[in-house]
Amino acid sequence: MLRLGLAVVAMAVLAALVGPALVGIDPRNQELALRLAGPTWGHPLGLDELGRDVLARLVLGARVSLMVGVSVVCVSSVVGVLVGGIAGYAGGWVDIAIGRIIDVLMAFPGILLAIALVAALGPSLGHVVLALTVIGWVGYARLVRAQVLKARELEYVQGARSLGASATRILVRHVLPSTYSSVLVQATLGMAGAIVAEASLSFLGLGVQPPTPSWGAMLDAGRGHLLDAPHLTIFPGMAIALLVLGFNFLGDGLRDRLDPRRIK
Amino acid sequence: MLRFLIRRILLTVPVLIGVATLVFALIHLVPGDPAVSMLGEAATPADVAALRARLGLDDPLPRQYLRFLGAATRLDLGVSLRTGRPVGTELAEKLGATALLAMAAMSVALIVAVPLGIIAAIRAGTWVDHLAMAVALIGLSMPNFWLGPLLALVFGVQLGWLPISGRGSSTAMLFGSVPAVPPAYLVLPALTLGLGLAAILARMTRASLIDELRELYVRAARARGVSMRRAVLVHALRNGLIPIITIVGLQFGAVLTGTIITETIFAWPGLGRLLIQSIQFRDYPMVQGCILLIAVTYVTVNLLTDLTYGIVDPRVRYE
Repeated sequence: MLRLGLAVVAMAVLAALVGPALVGIDPRNQELALRLAGPTWGHPLGLDELGRDVLARLVLGARVSLMVGVSVVCVSSVVGVLVGGIAGYAGGWVDIAIGRIIDVLMAFPGILLAIALVAALGPSLGHVVLALTVIGWVGYARLVRAQVLKARELEYVQGARSLGASATRILVRHVLPSTYSSVLVQATLGMAGAIVAEASLSFLGLGVQPPTPSWGAMLDAGRGHLLDAPHLTIFPGMAIALLVLGFNFLGDGLRDRLDPRRIK
Repeated sequence: MLRFLIRRILLTVPVLIGVATLVFALIHLVPGDPAVSMLGEAATPADVAALRARLGLDDPLPRQYLRFLGAATRLDLGVSLRTGRPVGTELAEKLGATALLAMAAMSVALIVAVPLGIIAAIRAGTWVDHLAMAVALIGLSMPNFWLGPLLALVFGVQLGWLPISGRGSSTAMLFGSVPAVPPAYLVLPALTLGLGLAAILARMTRASLIDELRELYVRAARARGVSMRRAVLVHALRNGLIPIITIVGLQFGAVLTGTIITETIFAWPGLGRLLIQSIQFRDYPMVQGCILLIAVTYVTVNLLTDLTYGIVDPRVRYE
């Protein structure tokens, strides 16, 4: 499962990096006479409603999806680990205050809050990343807080404390590293979540704006041509599902590999 | 038990205030003047001033906030800029359609997931289990904004079996606040929304049932000569379904937000579609109303889930 996930993700990364050069077709180039044409040798995945090559737009769309996923996961995990670590280690009113903020944010279904933020700020790639980060850090914070609460009572942490180590040093050097494997699993699954969320927002017209290719926006455009050009629906959806499946496989595989209780 | 109920209900109050605060903040996050944003750049200064006065945007922020909270508790959510009708009235009209879709999707999920999870648990480690869980993982990875159009393509366009949009004739009879809908119109939206949830529930049912099947009471039942079918369906499943109640409740949020996309795909006239249309028209009072209603419904369902769980499993009450 781990290897399969890794292979799918590696292929997607490769496609995003060198795909546009390999395909060799400008994704903005329009062949209006051939608009909505199905797959041919020259255009293996067909052309869209504006006569643009679907394959060229798909590989460029992979860049958008992966970029959003990486940005959201990186910022969310750093913020979540820090906030969760501080809440769990400090305890008291700090923990209560952070806990209430987490409760309120968790009370919103994630994508609803993202829709609300993008609706207010206006649709753009940057606002999508911002909105997904605002909802994303909470999961990491909860996870890390729970683990830090357990870890701070362990003997090696108490030992470090009795040796006079500062709270910051104990947290950064001794406590937080014990949470990293869980955070890694969460981050891998979070990539899948962020990619779906970005595609959902773009599908609803609230994400990446034309002419930048986004898989969600491509699906939305294809919806109007279900009868005459089903390839516009099939291929972008397949790309999203495959990449998400890859990250889910990778996350599940990593969890099995890193969680001692799951090792048979 | 009473203490548990009161404590859990009281804990919901700050969460609801927080949700209302975020919804209030929404209009103030709009870059520039929200009134200009709603009316468009071509609006005259007089129109902008009138809208600002109507929305109370000229008042100090704390006063606006307190007025919003007060109005929200009275379910007075203002007037839609698009239709000129009260937001509350429009929301009430759409709520039935969304509730119907959500219930149908939940039913689809349970009908598919529980048998799939049971089969996978009984045959754990065999190819049947691997196949069932692979299907579940694929279902989990398949976004509903792809599944919906694919189902429409196959069952609506190619086979012509089912309608792919709307909710049937406008002369449909009313049953309470929920309009009677020809079942055919409900099938594709409910499948689109329910199958993703089914994947999660099937994995949970399997995991929970495998744990129960290892328990001594199941082994004792088997040793007494109870058939495997009876041991699973009568003994293990009853306990194994307790965590599933929680997951069903918690996943209600995913179903609610899933309705936003599903309603958009199938032109289903519910809250989700209203939200997206209101965003497109920059009808912020309606956007605020939709988001507040969906979030409050989600918080309420979570509360009911916790309370149900507390009643079903006595250990929860004493934590």
